[in-house]
Amino acid sequence: MTDEALFEFLHMEIVSHVYKEQQASKGEMDNKDRAACVSVLEGMGFRVGQGLIERLTRDSPSFKDELDIMKFICKDYWTKVFRRVAAILFISPPQGTYVLQDNKFSLLTQLSGGKQYLDQAPKYLAFSCGMVRGALSNLGLDSVVTAEVSVMPSCKFQVVIQKL
Amino acid sequence: MSRQSNRTTDSKKMNSELFTLTYGALVTQLCKDYENDEEVNKQLDKMRLIEDFLARSIGRCQDFRETADVIAKVIGKFQANQNVSGVTPSVTNWSPAGDEFSLILENNPLVDFVELPDNHNTLIYSNLLCGVLRGALEMVQMAVDVRFVQDTLRGDNVTEIRMKFIKRIEENLPAGDE
Repeated sequence: MTDEALFEFLHMEIVSHVYKEQQASKGEMDNKDRAACVSVLEGMGFRVGQGLIERLTRDSPSFKDELDIMKFICKDYWTKVFRRVAAILFISPPQGTYVLQDNKFSLLTQLSGGKQYLDQAPKYLAFSCGMVRGALSNLGLDSVVTAEVSVMPSCKFQVVIQKL
Repeated sequence: MSRQSNRTTDSKKMNSELFTLTYGALVTQLCKDYENDEEVNKQLDKMRLIEDFLARSIGRCQDFRETADVIAKVIGKFQANQNVSGVTPSVTNWSPAGDEFSLILENNPLVDFVELPDNHNTLIYSNLLCGVLRGALEMVQMAVDVRFVQDTLRGDNVTEIRMKFIKRIEENLPAGDE
């Protein structure tokens, strides 16, 4: 019994709970309800991400710049949380846009190995998007994080840093 | 709920913290969604996590005593992953009839960094654990009552879970449309 498996189980249970609750009170789920579920999951991920990054960077020196932070997220943060390294596919510093790709995203590997259940994937990505957004927020960067999947278990996270 | 800790960062710790923090976020969300602690306790109890694994480990135990030892060992392994000083929980306080015992945990990994605020006195933070234990035992045909008797979050020295054997569940044939 490993810690990673425990987290994955807990994550699945949380997603299923949030959707069941919404369904129970509304009957039929429309897009607004689905958006509400996603935003609840994202919010939870946000808090967890904030806490985690605090613990992770407590003893490290401060980061040089945005790119340095994003590299840290792809390597160290991703390794701690998802046990892999994510690749930065695309960088556009002037617009503060980064696209991170994980070819074998750990929270999707149990779901399917291709296109099956593609429509279910967003539910399982909301929490992780929140975690990235929370981590960046505690490092001083406001961002919008979205994820897209075309073939599981590979997925792309798009991070847009909000400039003040 | 505030955070307080002075652990050194360590990669094994990191993973357990992810689980602990996520569990904390879940409980926080449930407290927001439901008016009272009783409801939150019920929701936590309903959740299913590692019942399958636990049930397989308990599997062919001959009697309740053996079952108790297996449960303690599984929780001990889980704890060894979480803490530097993992300690297998002890099985004590057997009732004279041999149908009730206590599981004593010195550390409860779920409650790292957690403090219960005053207005949540009846919240059983780790109720997920009760639901999981009960669910796993149901899978091996045993109806068991699982309760927290002592909780470090509420100021006790240790966490004590009391487990009482109620009865063997009769095997149900798959037919029927309930």
